[in-house]
Amino acid sequence: MNSAKYNALLSKYSTLVIFIIPALTIFTLFVVLPIVEAAYYSFYRWDGYGDPNKYVGLKNYKYLFKNKTFILSLKNNFYIIAISLFIQLPFALLVALMISDKIRGANFFRTVFFLPYILAEIVTGLIWAYIYDGNYGMVAAIWNFFGADPPHMIAEKETAMIALYIVIFWKYFGIHMMIYIAGLQNISKEVLEAAKVDGAGPVTTAWRIKIPIILPTIRLSVFLSILGALQLFDIIMPLTGGGPSNQTHSMVTYLYYFGVMRMKFGFGSAIGVVIFLICFTIAITYQRTLMRKD
Amino acid sequence: MFSNFRSYYMYLFLFLLAGIIFIPLYVSIAGGFKTIGDLRTNSLGLPTEWIVGNYTSLLVDNKFWLFTWNSVLYAAGTTFLVILLASMTAFVFAHMKFVGSRFLFNYFILGLTFPFATAILPLFLRVRDLGLLGSVWAVILPQIAFGLAFAIILFRGFFRQMPSELFDAAFVDGCTYSQFYFKFTLPLSTPIIATVAVINLVGSWNNYLLPLIMINNENLYSWPLGIMVFRGEYITDWPKILAFVSLTLIPAVVFFLALQRFIVAGLTGGAVKE
Repeated sequence: MNSAKYNALLSKYSTLVIFIIPALTIFTLFVVLPIVEAAYYSFYRWDGYGDPNKYVGLKNYKYLFKNKTFILSLKNNFYIIAISLFIQLPFALLVALMISDKIRGANFFRTVFFLPYILAEIVTGLIWAYIYDGNYGMVAAIWNFFGADPPHMIAEKETAMIALYIVIFWKYFGIHMMIYIAGLQNISKEVLEAAKVDGAGPVTTAWRIKIPIILPTIRLSVFLSILGALQLFDIIMPLTGGGPSNQTHSMVTYLYYFGVMRMKFGFGSAIGVVIFLICFTIAITYQRTLMRKD
Repeated sequence: MFSNFRSYYMYLFLFLLAGIIFIPLYVSIAGGFKTIGDLRTNSLGLPTEWIVGNYTSLLVDNKFWLFTWNSVLYAAGTTFLVILLASMTAFVFAHMKFVGSRFLFNYFILGLTFPFATAILPLFLRVRDLGLLGSVWAVILPQIAFGLAFAIILFRGFFRQMPSELFDAAFVDGCTYSQFYFKFTLPLSTPIIATVAVINLVGSWNNYLLPLIMINNENLYSWPLGIMVFRGEYITDWPKILAFVSLTLIPAVVFFLALQRFIVAGLTGGAVKE
């Protein structure tokens, strides 16, 4: 090998190494290893000091699945997914169909509906905590106006989850709407013109043409919605903090209150592993089946 | 297409929905100007008397600015480093052939399915054992790590679509890989840099869980931590809390309106390109 070629090769490989090592190191240290370590710690009882040495086998997991609060938090996560999929996403699609065409004010509505998505979850939660406040809030004002006793929506078991669903809906339908609009705007004009010539009305066009064409986009938004719902945390903290009497925990707030706050590194890791397994299973099956063609 | 009758109901619906989005924001901003008594009897209307004290006392509060500044640091540091490291890595995946490149790429992609919550406890221990607790890196490094996978995918897709003639020509002229990266790739990638920047800026600015775990020194609080502590101090003194909420709301809304095109393209385009 002549030296010019050798130098070029050397330069290529040194660039390769220098370019890839920083990202690879950070990614391995702060993403991959912690996940592996979580699996390992989950078999121990450990307060985080010294080495984990109290091996307890599957005890953490057994306790977890016998714990009513955790089961409820798991259920809450799945209720939130169900409501997102069956109410929020169809609603977002309906709105997207209305304002993806160039109607008057389309830009205005898009901006307004998307706005809550960019607000911090913490701020969203605080705003709604105020709105639901039974003494000072807007909901109370409306009830007072009709001369009724205002409910304390986030302080009562029966209504706290409903209050949470409303906030989730308010905050997140806009991103799904925008994703659908992006998909709808990629539909070729010829297809829509052809439908028009054939005498298809707006409802038929939407149902028979637009929705089938953007199906991959819809599948993607379903996927994002499920994974987002499984990791819900920020918005619950300022709103209910998992209360009243632990009724509104998600798996992640449960992890925070019962794992992190109590310094139970083994038990907390077990919760994390359960969250991981659920997310990972859903992601893999979803990609293997529904999103395969996309 | 739509009959007038139909479009009448559609607009009614759209304006109603816009109202539902707007009213919570409006009552928060207005609420910050009210007295607590006013808030109780008049939570929907404009303030009977405009009280600016809740706002001004925050604006002269050093802590408020410290928390804001910390969040700026976290967001800027994370975004800058994600862009740099992810684009370098993606450059390698897009332009260099080497054994194991496919494996390495899939290794990064796997990170997309890893929920952040699973990692928090081991992550806390790692940061503690590296002696980084109490420094800005406790927040920045994990944020970079969790931002890399998606950014690498976006950059790689973009780099691959760049004309290969450009690369060949530069190579013939004796350009090395790293020169090509700095001279051509980066300057030609502003759209995708904007996308990655928006995703990471918004994500870091709003992040709560990570700083909550990592930061216990008030001097390093991000604003979401600050506002939650503030909430804990004032409990039902809503005008004060709403003033704080509004002060974070207004820049977010202004920022959004000013850069709306980039933000929407970044957040939705980012999702769609995945």
